[in-house]
Amino acid sequence: MAMPLLRKPFRFKRQSRLHRMSRFEKAVVVLLVLFSAFMLLPLVYIFNHALKPYEELFIYPPTIWARSPSLQNFVELFNITSDSVIPVTRYIFNSLTVAVLSVITVTGVSALCAYPLSKHKFPGYKLVFATIMLTLLFAPETVTIPRYLVVSNLGIMNTYWGHILPMVAVPVGVFLMKQFIDQIPNELLESARLDGAREFTVFLRIVVPVILPAVATIGIISFQTAWGNVETSNLFMQDEQMKTFPFFISSLTSNMANNVARQGAAAAAALFMFIPNLIIFLVFQSKVIATMAHSGIK
Amino acid sequence: MSEINAQALKKPSATGEAALRTKGKASELLREIWRFRLSYLFIAPFMVCFVLFILIPVASAFLLSFMTYNSLEPPRFVGWANFRYMISEDLLFLKYALPNTFKFAIIAGPCGYIAAFLLAWLITILPATLRKWFALAMYSPSLMGGIAMTIVWLPMLSGDRIGYLNSFLLEWGFISDPVLWVTSKEHLMSSMIVVTLWSSMGIGFLAMMAGILNVNPELYEAGRLDGIKSRLEEIWYITIPSMKPQMLFGAVMAIVGTFKAGSIGTELSGMNPTPQYSGHLIMNQIDDYGFIRFELGYASALSVFLLLLMYLSNKFCWGLFGSKGDE
Repeated sequence: MAMPLLRKPFRFKRQSRLHRMSRFEKAVVVLLVLFSAFMLLPLVYIFNHALKPYEELFIYPPTIWARSPSLQNFVELFNITSDSVIPVTRYIFNSLTVAVLSVITVTGVSALCAYPLSKHKFPGYKLVFATIMLTLLFAPETVTIPRYLVVSNLGIMNTYWGHILPMVAVPVGVFLMKQFIDQIPNELLESARLDGAREFTVFLRIVVPVILPAVATIGIISFQTAWGNVETSNLFMQDEQMKTFPFFISSLTSNMANNVARQGAAAAAALFMFIPNLIIFLVFQSKVIATMAHSGIK
Repeated sequence: MSEINAQALKKPSATGEAALRTKGKASELLREIWRFRLSYLFIAPFMVCFVLFILIPVASAFLLSFMTYNSLEPPRFVGWANFRYMISEDLLFLKYALPNTFKFAIIAGPCGYIAAFLLAWLITILPATLRKWFALAMYSPSLMGGIAMTIVWLPMLSGDRIGYLNSFLLEWGFISDPVLWVTSKEHLMSSMIVVTLWSSMGIGFLAMMAGILNVNPELYEAGRLDGIKSRLEEIWYITIPSMKPQMLFGAVMAIVGTFKAGSIGTELSGMNPTPQYSGHLIMNQIDDYGFIRFELGYASALSVFLLLLMYLSNKFCWGLFGSKGDE
């Protein structure tokens, strides 16, 4: 039964096996639908919550579907800050700036670092990689205090640098990219070098196009991190003008557990946080799966 | 600081190269050095940030953990005093933070991990078109992320009868009074665990899914010839062994994710500290000492303890899934 090609029999066989086990497959589908319902139910709720007009939030028994959907909550979200100095748009602008800049720097810096680690074998590369792997096991969040001291000594408090720089070094990013670059045959790079391409050209013209799935994945991850990040606003920004949208939401929600009053606006804000992540993930989903195939730690 | 580091990295390359290539042509030598210098230039931006925001903080956390420091007076060396205080006198830590963290990590970590693997496996059984949508459904809670994640659960877990869960249970007669899901000490921890499990199909889940899809199908064929009958045997003897690296990656992500959790309790209950410390985790204790009491030395000792916990759990998983060089 051995076939010369690897990809084709793979698909063919999977499907034929599914035909044989269609009852099993049906059971799996039912199980997964149930699980998906559990996963998606809160999202359905929040979506409807965000669209409910004010009166409907207090109805008992609570309804799942908004009866007369309105954008009132979104309007309220934007109006909450109307009498304070800093409008909500400022937080959103900060968040967008930080998110976009960190996606660019994180992907760029990680790719730049992963390439020599994978292909150059420069003296000390093993030590560098081992250190990065070791810190993969640590969460930098746990050492907030020394991080705070570093940031304050660098004098980047209350600047966009304070949002971005602490987030640039993402060990997972370098790790995933390095695993991906490992797949590129050395001959390909060598032939380009023989043609007179300089190292940076090799990197830009050959390595980057091949590792685009990994770049997309790291981009998504860093976007999600930056877009939802409260930590840097909490710790490194005293200036209210420099804080980000998630921080604004967290100030909205404090002491809200048993208080329905602002739940509508909070739901609208949550939806506002969710939609960009969802869109970006949908666009790049297949790339993410392709990258994760190389994520193994050996 | 960063420049010193770059210098230190550059030096051995030059001397090492020189030692190796003394017989080689001078031009070749120059080219080699030039090439490696470029390598260091490539890794420099990452390494600068890495050293500044990860290595130095971790190292100074270790140093500070042996000192008292209140950010005003210069730090003073106190030896093991912080750690002695931690394991003998800090009642908040011993009575709440430590047991809570263990309870939280032991339930949320492995359960989330196993669920992620099983769901990934179930999804890969399906044809590709369905697969994509189920994967999205499982991953979407992770897309919520951070602060938004708790907002999603607030209307569900509201303590009055307007909360979805309460109204559902009241209607069906399971409870007679609304339950304070997030503001009572009895239920906060369970709510925290459920919400964490809900959002645990993250990057580790995607990695394991990709790993399962990448298992060489010929292995299954061979396994069937060798007498593997059920799908369970197939998972145990073929799928897991051939995707050990991805399993390990998923485990690392799960461990780091659960141990660094801290804000979820305060965000869900809307109180800091959480009601009667029922959701008090080590991370909360660190923030408490670091940013409220300004005992930075002791807070660092707590972070060092947490880092060691993470490291040991990871070592344990390494033992389970690490390859012994036979691949």
